[in-house]
This record gives sequence, structure tokens and C-alpha cells, in this order.
Amino acid sequence: MSTESVGWTPTELAARPLVDRLHGWVTTVDHKRLGILYILYAIVFLVVGGVEAVVMRIQLAQPHNDFVSPQVFNQMFTMHGTTMIFFVAMPIVFGFANYLVPLMIGARDMAFPRLNAFSFWLTAFGGLLLYFSFVGGYGLYGAGTAPDVGWFAYAPLTSKTFSPGHSTDFWTLSLLVAGIGSIGGAVNLIATILCLRCPGMTLGRMPLLVWLNLTVAGLVLLVISPLTAAQMMLMIDRYLGGHFFDTQAGGSAVIWMHFFWVFGHPEVYVLVIPAFAFASEIIPVFSRKAIFGYPVMVAATVGIGFISMAVWAHHLFTIGMSAAANTFFVLSTMAIAVPTGIKIFNWLATMWGGKIHFRTPMLFCVAFLFQFLIAGLTGVMLASAPLDWQLGGSYFVVAHFHYVIVGGILFCLFAAFYYWFPKMSGRMYLERLGKLHFWLFVVGFHLTFDFMHIPGLLGMPRRIYTYEPGRGWDVWNLIVTVGVVFQVVGILVFVGNLLWSLLHGERAGSDPWDAWTLEWSTTSPPPEYNFATVPVVKSRRPLWDVKHPEDPDWRYEPGGAG
Amino acid sequence: MSTTAVAAPAGGLRWELPSPGKVGMFALIAAESAIFVIFVVAYLFYLGKSLTGPTPAILHTPVLITVCLLSSSLTIHAAVAALRKGKGGLFAGAWLLTFVLGAIFLGGTAREWGHLIRVEGLWIDTNLFGTTYYSLVGLHAFHVTAGLLLLGTVAVFALLGKVRREHAEPVDILSLYWHFVDVVWVVVFTVVYVIGR
Amino acid sequence: MRRDGHRPRRGAGEPSWGLMWLERQAKQPSPSGGGPEQTGEGLVGLSVAAALAGPGYVLSPTDLFSPASSPAQSVYELSVFVVAVALAIFVVVFGLLAYAVLRFRHRGADDGREPPQVYGSTQIELAWTIIPVIIVIVLFLSSARVIAAVQRPTLPEDAVRVTVIGHQFWWEYRYPGLNVVTANELHVPVSDPAHPRPTILTLLSADTDHSFWVPRLAGKTDLIPNFPNTMWIDPHRTGLYEGQCAQYCGTQHAKMLLRVYVDSREEFDRWAREQARPASPGAAVSRGRRLFETTACINCHTVAGTAANGRFGPDLTHLMSRETIASGAAPNTRQNLRLWIENPDAIKPGSLMPAMQLERQELDDLTGYLLTLR
Repeated sequence: MSTESVGWTPTELAARPLVDRLHGWVTTVDHKRLGILYILYAIVFLVVGGVEAVVMRIQLAQPHNDFVSPQVFNQMFTMHGTTMIFFVAMPIVFGFANYLVPLMIGARDMAFPRLNAFSFWLTAFGGLLLYFSFVGGYGLYGAGTAPDVGWFAYAPLTSKTFSPGHSTDFWTLSLLVAGIGSIGGAVNLIATILCLRCPGMTLGRMPLLVWLNLTVAGLVLLVISPLTAAQMMLMIDRYLGGHFFDTQAGGSAVIWMHFFWVFGHPEVYVLVIPAFAFASEIIPVFSRKAIFGYPVMVAATVGIGFISMAVWAHHLFTIGMSAAANTFFVLSTMAIAVPTGIKIFNWLATMWGGKIHFRTPMLFCVAFLFQFLIAGLTGVMLASAPLDWQLGGSYFVVAHFHYVIVGGILFCLFAAFYYWFPKMSGRMYLERLGKLHFWLFVVGFHLTFDFMHIPGLLGMPRRIYTYEPGRGWDVWNLIVTVGVVFQVVGILVFVGNLLWSLLHGERAGSDPWDAWTLEWSTTSPPPEYNFATVPVVKSRRPLWDVKHPEDPDWRYEPGGAG
Repeated sequence: MSTTAVAAPAGGLRWELPSPGKVGMFALIAAESAIFVIFVVAYLFYLGKSLTGPTPAILHTPVLITVCLLSSSLTIHAAVAALRKGKGGLFAGAWLLTFVLGAIFLGGTAREWGHLIRVEGLWIDTNLFGTTYYSLVGLHAFHVTAGLLLLGTVAVFALLGKVRREHAEPVDILSLYWHFVDVVWVVVFTVVYVIGR
Repeated sequence: MRRDGHRPRRGAGEPSWGLMWLERQAKQPSPSGGGPEQTGEGLVGLSVAAALAGPGYVLSPTDLFSPASSPAQSVYELSVFVVAVALAIFVVVFGLLAYAVLRFRHRGADDGREPPQVYGSTQIELAWTIIPVIIVIVLFLSSARVIAAVQRPTLPEDAVRVTVIGHQFWWEYRYPGLNVVTANELHVPVSDPAHPRPTILTLLSADTDHSFWVPRLAGKTDLIPNFPNTMWIDPHRTGLYEGQCAQYCGTQHAKMLLRVYVDSREEFDRWAREQARPASPGAAVSRGRRLFETTACINCHTVAGTAANGRFGPDLTHLMSRETIASGAAPNTRQNLRLWIENPDAIKPGSLMPAMQLERQELDDLTGYLLTLR
């Protein structure tokens, strides 16, 4: 049986002209190619956003520094946040989901392949539109062109009065466009997961990654829309004379905050739940054990999805809400720590009694567990409104959320890259470089983000282009900046490893990790149609059943065989 | 190439999953509903908060166009049912009627707006009421317009005799969107013309 | 790299020798531009300063561990408890994770068989659900208590009331009961716990969102246009307390610094009386004053008792009673004042003070006039 491959086989490389190959990528509707496009797009913007962070850290390494002007610095933190959330993290989420979900459920593609392509190109265009602002707009006080209102763009700073020119419009429109792409992606994911599962794969037999992406897609549907609505309102204010956020006309600045954070908080769960998904696939394989407590993991995730829509105002503890409102949101925010903590325990229990192989993906996942624990605990501290009255809006919060996003999400993303790279490319990466990347990044991450908590505890607010000496913030800011160097080198090693391995890496078989989900049953890379014949499954780990016919999973699962 | 064969003879395994088109449309409807919720919240929040200018008291309850729009849900349902049975003529007639009823709704909205702007002096920049009213009703009207474009496209194909029984599923999915537009109007109507006054 | 000097005047309640030593350290140009020697010195300096500093802070004038007022104190006590709980959880879970990672490593020489597959355990899962729920309830209840204490206090009738109006990028203070209008440096009376005299701050904004954060006195509360807020402080010790705006408000958000002077009762009363007086009568109508009143200055600034009653910029009636200008951005000296009028961007680029395009002599005259506004 011959299998055509869309991978970069030498024969193909030699045979087809470059224009043809590029054309194939640009016009593709294949979920695997679109997934890779999303991921590559995200990596490019990860570097761009990283440069913006480096600029800020150089400026903040010393008090009263003048590496950049305040106008440029304010653009840097706005663009850094906006880029990382919308043009790195979201594309990564959809990239991996696109690539893996159809393979894991035994389908041949997503439910709506053309919508898939449309969603990707909309997102891509949004990113380009945002960066065009450096050329095309002008902002506060005519100085600087990229948006400089912060990634959450509070009113009335974003009104025409305080943000003349078009910089804010670039923020608004690029996210509006990208948001539509995200909704398209979510619609596609839901339809795919609910309607294209292979025979035998009941909802209770889907890999956890699929369950978690289903939850994420549902969240995206419900929470991107509030941001879209608020942005429409902002445009109406700025260009049609509307008064949604016009405090002079009796309008409310606070209502923007509520609308934004109704989006903004669940958004961070949209970003972290896929990271959980990666951990839930990788940790079992490298511990050689099934995931501990599959039903509870599903329930906890869905629970997190629901509760996450009821906690948003913990971002608003300082705006002067009533004691009753503050108290409610303390409760809901702390409540979400329960299912989240449960997941950490389940991963721990999965490792417990196993035989752990510390390959690069597992290294990143183990670091994720430690770091996510810490991030969760600083989150619980911030969940207490009185503590937030001091720590909110300070570098403690910046440290906390970077701990989640870098220490949690990015580490899991690296794990996922290394784990599925052989499947996507047909080649193995260099394990030694992978480990080097890991250690460099661990050192850099902790230097930067552990010590970043301290200026917050010493009273340093966020979004300041410089700070006063004599407040004890100096040395900690310097250490934070030093840690960046290690992370930059780590990223370079990572990219170098990927590129080298793509071209010269050892050939990977279909199942280099001895794993158990359906994507490992087909070639690396998979053919365009994914599977020669549509699989039929009887348990949560179809390949375990095949490899262990004497002790298949379906004997132990509720519902049994078939 | 090495692959691990997972397939086993299905032999009698019944495997029915929902239609992707329907699920996709419901998902889209969920997302659109969330947008409307935010505009409704803004409308309710700003009731009575305008510092100057006209208030909701100036609104006339649009009974006729509401009846038209809600009836169009019945006609589109009849159209889809007819198409499933293969009755092309009945389908085309009911579909066109749906289109006309929707167009009447839009026309009536336009008339009301003309009156509000010229006579009452209310536009989107007048005050908080103006901003929230035109945004909410306008967002709905935009969705009606988009729906009419889609309905119109199908109507053209129907008149050319090209819509057949096998197209019943996609047409049904489109009708789901139209029903959504109607349900949103029920909500908007209640919020603006019942609660708001 | 520029370093601005920070030279507070000596007098009652001003920073101690320890703090001044520290600030001198910060001003030294270091040989390699901020290398390890300086940071090492900085650390030593901090500890020495902490030991010698008057107002009694632990690590920094803005740290969270040196509360000097009841709201900050309540938050601090709660934070100790919450951190202790978090630390305990951390130790337990971290310990288990570390143990698992070490104990269950795959060792090369084993039989190659898969370990026993354990799919779950109802008892264990129940246990690690119930225990976190209990912890959450405990933390929630303790937080709720502090929320009520801070947001629903019973305050005495004779509390000092100040209206704080946030501007881009300065603070306006109005004391309605005392007929005082000033800017950027807030004076409040000390509050003896036996006979409390707190200060109630009403927080408003003239433009965008701001936030009032002086960590040693209280948690931050935002200033939002069309959304008045209230907060209160009852500082137990006299001295200078620092902070800054904590909600991004535009280009010069970073330099919207806060200086709260807690005075003794007598000092506060004296200060308030002086602030309530119009500009010193009998000041000769100098060239400088004429300049002030005929140039655009009066469009933005008020000098009580003269023709100047602009509201866009800070009230200058008692400008020279303040230690800093531009909301803490620079010490209040003749040189800085002159520079501020000549080219505000040199001190605070992006602030809304325009460069006044005056000749050298005009600048000298104007500065001379401002120096008379005590």
C-alpha cells in the first residue's frame, strides 16, 4: 500500500519548483498544513514580542534610564501584551488543535476545511495590521504610532480626546479581525469534535486533549464576542460620536473594564487549558501509565470553563466596587483553584508509581508542574481582594501572570513542540540541544520571574517607563533583566534545533515515543488523508490495546468493549 | 511505511453523529448571542442615565413589523418542510414570502429611524439613549440584512428551479440562522419597547 | 544614564540620615554603569537604611511589610496568614512532586515491562477535593472579614476630608472644610490610636483613570472619571510616605508620584491655616508677576488673591511650601523651576505643561516671582 506524504521528503523537495510548493501552502485547506502555518506564525511573533520585552527590560535595568523615551516604552508594553496574547498564544492554541484533533479522533480533516483556512488568514492579517501601526498611525501627543494604551486599552484613555490619531484604531481593528478568525476556528473545532469522531470513539473515549480543546472552543465562542462587542462600541465612540464610554456625557469608564475582563479572564483559560491538554497527553506517555482519573479531569476542566466566566471582576478589585461584589468575586476566584489544583494532583498521581523517562518533552512538563503550582499559589494570594488592593497593578501581578503564561503555558508548548515535532516533520530533533534549551530556559525563567515578585512587594507599579532610585527596586530589576539573556539564548537554541532537525534530523518512525493515541498509528508525517482506513476504537488508548492484546484498556473502562 | 493498524471490522456498530453543519450553525449562534448580550447589557445599564436629550418615551411600539418578522419564522419553517418533501413550488413561495416579510421589517425600521432622526432629533451621537438604541437595534438590523442577502441568494436559485430535495439540509441550516434573528428580535423588542419604557 | 538628585529639606519628620546616605549611594556614577559593586552596595545600604530610617520601614519606603495605618495593617496581617497557608501547600505539593520525580525515575536496568496501570481512586480524589475546598473556605472567610473592615469602617465625625482629583499627570487636593487647595503633596494629621483622627479621601478624576497607591498607608483605590470613590487612612506615625499612580494614565504615568506628609496635629493645623491664605499680600508687583498674569500661565494655574484662577494645572498659591515639583519628578529648587518653565520635557517628557517660549530674562523674572509664593 503506497502512502503519499505531505512532509518534506527529499524526493519531493527535488521534484517540485519552489513556487508550486509555496502555492500549495498558501492555498491549503489541509488541517495539518494550517496547523503548521499557525505554529510558525506564532513562533515569528514570539520572537517579535520577545524583542519588545528585551527593550523594556533594558530600559528598566536601571532607574531613570533613557534607553527609550516614555512614548516608545508605552508602545512596547502595549504591543508586547497584545502580540503575545493574540498573535502568539491564540495561534498556537488553534495551531496544535488543528493539527492534532482530527488525527486524534480518527478523522480525515476538520469539519469545515475552507473555514479553517479563512480563519487562519484572518488571524494572520490581523497581526500584520497591528504591526502596520508602526508605519500608519499616530498616537498620544503625536509621538509614536503603535498603540500605547496598554493591552487592555481602558477607557477613557482610548477616546479620541486622549488618543488622537489612529494608533488605538489599529489595536481595535486588528483584534476585531483576529477575533473573527478565532470564532471561526472555534466553530470548526466544535463541529469536528462532536461530528467527526471515528466509530467507537464515544465522548468518554476521546483523548483528554480533545476534551480540553472542546472546552476551549466553547469558551472562545462565548468570550471573544464580548471583546468584539466592546470594540465595536469603542469604534462607535471614536468615529460616530457615540457615548458608550464617554464620561462627559454620563457614560461609564467602568463598563469598558467589565466588558473587557468578561473576555479577558476566560481568555487566560483559553490559553492555559490547551497547555493542560499537552501535559495530559505527554505526562502519561513518559510515565508509562494511563492518566489518573480521566473522568474527573474532564469534569474539572469543564468546571473550570464554567467558573472562569464568573471571576472576571477580580481584575477590578481596586476600582471601588461594593464590599459585597468584592466578596463574591473573592469566593468565585478562589473556588476555581479547586478544580485547577485537582488537575495538578492527577498529573502527580499519574507519575506516581510509573517509570518516568526524562526526555525533553517530559522535562518541560515536570518544570511546568512545579511552576504552575507556584503560579497558582500567587494567584490565590491575589484572589484575596485586600491583598490585591496592595499587589494588584504592581509587578507582583506581572510576575504572577508571566509565571502562568511563560512558566506554565510556554513550557508546555515547548513540551508539545518536542513531542509532536517527529510526527509533524518525520524527523527527530537533537535531544542534547533540547535539554540545553530546557536548562537555559529554566535558569532564565526563574531569574527573571521569581525575582520579579519582589519589586511588586516593594511597591513598584506596572507600566512605568522608569522608576525612582531609593525605593529598593533597583537591584531586583537588574536581576530580572539578566534572566532575559538566558531565555533569549534558549530560544535561539530551540529555533536552531528545529531548523537543523528539519533538514538533517534522523528519520522518525510513526511512533517514536511508544504512545497510545491515534495520531501515532499513522506515518510521520501523516499522509494528506491521515489514515489509510478509518480506525475503529474500543477504549481511550487504542494503541495500548493493540500493543497489549492480553491486557487491553477496554476491559477496565466503563462501557467495556464496543 | 510502518503504521499500526487499528481498524477492526465494524460489524454492526451503529455510529451516528450530529450533522456538522447544524452543530456549526449552533456554535455560530452562540457566539453571536454573546455579542448581543453585551449590547443589551449596555442598553439596560444606561437606561435613565442620559444627561440630556430624548428618552425612550418617544419610541413607538413597532407592532406591525414585529408581527411580520415573527411570522417569517413560520413561513421559513413551512418552506423547509416543503423542500424536505420535495414540493419545490411550495418551497419557493414560502421562501419568497419569508423574504418579503423580512424586507418589510427592514423597511419599517428605516421608517422609524427616519422619524426619530428628523422629527425627534435622536441620532447615535445625541446622548446615551441614542447611542445604545441605535447600536442595539442597528446590530440586529444588520443581522437581518445579512440574512436577507442569504435568503435572497437562495430565492434566486429557487426561482431558477435549481433548489431540490437534496439541498434541504443546507437550507434548513440557513433557516436556523433566520430563526436566531427572530429570537434576538424578541429579546431586543422586550428590552427596548417593554422594559425600557 | 542620568540620575536625578533627591535632596529633601531637613526639618521635623523628614527622612533620616540613613535614607540620605542611601540616596547618595544611588547618585554615585558607578564605574561600570551599574555593576555588581553598586548593587552590592545597594543591598548593604538598604539594610543599614532600614535600621536607621525614621519612619520605620522594613525594606523600602514603599514596601508592604511596614504598615503605618489601619487599612494597610489589616491587609498586612491577612497577607501573613495567606502567605503562610500558600507556603504550607507549596511545601507539601512540591515535596510530593519532587519525591515522585526522584523515586519513580525509569532506571536503565529494568525488565522493560509497563508499570501497573492505575486509572483512578475515588477515595484519594475525594480527599484532594475536600481539603482544598476547606482551605478555600478558610481563606475566603478571612478575606471577607478584612474587606468589611476596610470598606465599611465606622469613622469619627471630625475626620479630615480631602477631595483628590487625578489629572494627567499630577494630583489636586482640595480640603473643603478647610478652604485649602493644593497640589501634589498631601498633608494629613497623624492619628493617635487612642483618639483617632483619620483622613477620608474622596477620589475623582478630571480626565483618565488613575490610582492612589501609598503602600504603607493603604491598598490602592482607583480614580475614575464619573465614578467617585472613597478611601480612608489613619497614619499612626508622622513622616513622609511615598507612592505613585498605579493605573496607567498616559505618557507620564511613571512620574505621577505621591508624597503624603503626616504631620502632628499642631503642624497640620498650622499648615492648613497657611495654605488657606491667599498669596502673600504686599508682594511687590514685580516684572515676574506681571509676566505671569499676562502670559498664558493664568489660563491653567491659580494663585489665590490674584487674577490667576486657571484650573487645568496645579494651584501655585503656596508653591514654595512644597518640596518637589511636577508631582515629585524633581526637587523644588530655583534651577528646576526655571528648567520646568523653559523646557518641561527635560524633566517630564510628555507632560501637559507647555514650554513657555520665554526669553532668558523673562524666565529669571518669572522664576523669581514663583519663589515668592510661599
